[in-house]
Amino acid sequence: MMANTVEAEGQLTPDEQKRLTSDMHRSLRRKKVRALFLVAPLLIFIMVTFVSPIATMLFRSIDNPQVSEYMPNTTAALASWDGDSNELPDEATYAALVEDLVVGRKNHTIGKAATRLNYEKSQMRSLLTGTARKAARLKPPYKAQLIKINKGWGDIDNWRVIKRESKPYTTSYYIAAFDMETTPEGEIRMLPENQRVYLQMLWRTVWMSVVITLLTLLLGYPVSYLLASLPMRVANTLMILVLLPFWTSLLVRTSSWIALLQGQGVINDILVWFGLVNDESRLSMIYNATGTVIAMTHILLPFMILPLYSVMKTIPPSYMRAARSLGATPFTAFVKVYLPQSVPGISAGAILVFILAIGYYITPALVGGQTGQFIGNMIAYHMQSSLNWGLAAALGVVLLTLVLGIYALYSRLFGGNNQMTLR
Amino acid sequence: MENSASSEAFVRFDGVQKSYDGKILVVKDLNIDVPRGEFLTMLGPSGSGKTTSLMMLAGFETATHGDIYLDGRSINNVAPHKRGIGMVFQNYALFPHMTVAENLAFPLKVRNMGKSEIEQRVNRALDMVELGSFGDRRPAQLSGGQQQRVAVARALVFEPDLILMDEPLGALDKNLREQMQYEIKHIHERLGVTVVYVTHDQSEALTMSNRIAVFNDGIIQQLAPPTELYEKPTNSFVAQFIGENNKLSGILQSTQDGICTVRLPSGELVTALDINTDDIGKESTLSLRPERVFLDPVEGQCDNVFTGKVEEVIYLGDHKRVRMNVCGHDEFIVKVPNSTDHKGLQVGGTAPIGWSSKDCRALDTI
Repeated sequence: MMANTVEAEGQLTPDEQKRLTSDMHRSLRRKKVRALFLVAPLLIFIMVTFVSPIATMLFRSIDNPQVSEYMPNTTAALASWDGDSNELPDEATYAALVEDLVVGRKNHTIGKAATRLNYEKSQMRSLLTGTARKAARLKPPYKAQLIKINKGWGDIDNWRVIKRESKPYTTSYYIAAFDMETTPEGEIRMLPENQRVYLQMLWRTVWMSVVITLLTLLLGYPVSYLLASLPMRVANTLMILVLLPFWTSLLVRTSSWIALLQGQGVINDILVWFGLVNDESRLSMIYNATGTVIAMTHILLPFMILPLYSVMKTIPPSYMRAARSLGATPFTAFVKVYLPQSVPGISAGAILVFILAIGYYITPALVGGQTGQFIGNMIAYHMQSSLNWGLAAALGVVLLTLVLGIYALYSRLFGGNNQMTLR
Repeated sequence: MENSASSEAFVRFDGVQKSYDGKILVVKDLNIDVPRGEFLTMLGPSGSGKTTSLMMLAGFETATHGDIYLDGRSINNVAPHKRGIGMVFQNYALFPHMTVAENLAFPLKVRNMGKSEIEQRVNRALDMVELGSFGDRRPAQLSGGQQQRVAVARALVFEPDLILMDEPLGALDKNLREQMQYEIKHIHERLGVTVVYVTHDQSEALTMSNRIAVFNDGIIQQLAPPTELYEKPTNSFVAQFIGENNKLSGILQSTQDGICTVRLPSGELVTALDINTDDIGKESTLSLRPERVFLDPVEGQCDNVFTGKVEEVIYLGDHKRVRMNVCGHDEFIVKVPNSTDHKGLQVGGTAPIGWSSKDCRALDTI
């Protein structure tokens, strides 16, 4: 663009200018189309196998079809009922309920609605399924009979819950993910201290990830420095040792930490053998937070070393020499000259390790025990065991938001810095 | 005796050897005395040991054997940052995360100098290299020549008595390089610091230096001022490395009063100055500068006269470079000034050529 204007010395007529612009656009468009074709297979693959499942999963955190879909009559009847009125719904609503229960039992769908309501208030499941078993035999009027079958139908709070969850979208999964609950009156409040799980676990995930990141930095920085300052041939050989863990199965590595760290494991045996530790008071280094930190630090170390090494490799040794020749002690030269230039590597490695750590699942699951579990393990639990996918999705969204937030902070702090180093 | 010698020499290499692998000596028995205020250049092809010698002086390499003295004091066991030597590196090594002013302030800050004095000195140094308004820029925002000047200023700002320069102009283009040669030379003259300069560019060495040490194969081949090095090379390597050189090989026939005769393979006898020859009957290489060869010599002007056959003429504006076949040697170069119109300078033609035996030096064989 600039070369053109310089050549023409600004003498282009408007027509020529227009033609030039359109020519340029045409040639660029061809390039863009070509680029799009080249990435298309991967793009489609990622959309189908990665983006769309994640989007569907995330949608589940607000999706709330069970009650409205499987109890359509009750939903419709409750629409006109005022939940704040302190009066039970009218006979028509009870009739609608019976109809839904009968149809739901025949189609085996009432259990889904019951499970959904049970997340909000315990005993809702037995209330619905229990009543459904007897509903077919009932004759109108229903209200008194239903209350007779189960006192729950006389409890206005239960009706409030049904009404609340009959809406197609809900925030209740997020409320649960933040250790809160909605009272039947519609108020949102923190759960009692002893029932809070997720916030504490999220906090633990964050601080343990920070500890792991700091440890990998502490262990990885000197190694990267050594690798970067050695001759190429030696550095490449040593690099194999760094990469070796990459070629070993994650499960094998985690299991070997179990063998090393467990109560009757190698390290405890050695400590006992040397008399450093009593046989009765063997150190518990695994199935707790310590075990998770040790194993994950080891597993994530290469992710710290590689970016550090690649940045340090580009710092010419003459900088340190220049600093020394100008009168700086080796320590000052390192702190004032080398360290600032390795910051892009530190930040890249730290963000990589931290983001990997915060979403880690397998290692905490195997060696974490009770106190070393991560939020990822909780998500897996709700996916696989409790089958509360909505809550799993909500926890996933919370984790994803946290990671994106941290990444945004990172690129604000270091994005400009990286560009400067590149320029 | 030892004392007086080392007090005279500001920098002194005494029998210094260096080996990296314990098998091959990169520097073999290096002895140089550099007086205070001298501009000494270490010149040589790559791998000749010149940069290694400089790094030993700076303290980044340790001598395997021998001593290095700075101002009469052995510095073998002095750490680089305690030597007080300013250094300019090949790629300038300006700290990219600091501004120009911060780069210049660095050596002053590590010396715990006061804030106002630092500022004063930084400004003075910037003015010296005519970059007064560039203090807030980052090195990456400067051109190659400006970076070079900042690097020089940074090496000078803490007023060291000795400056080392490791091929500092290698990355610049030709015009800028020549300009910077003069600037560095003038700074040296103005400040009177001692400079040890490493380069593989002979014209750079000739332009700037008081004395040049020509390195090859870990040994100083000749240590002399530029004119002497060019006019009076003492061995074939120096004659060949510095400037353009015609070399003719032959067998030494006789030698008397510093003048010898050498028989070329084609049978001709050449008289030359006997500088560095072996016994009679052994081979010797004659060295002769192209500009000391005359075309159509006047009677009595030259005592060596032969006939040359023109192989190639290259027109270079101020002179013509003529490649001739002389005495069976067809790489013989003659520089002909453009002022006179020589006949017979067509390719394939012949012309009488001659040179004085005082300009022809009989040296060792390469």
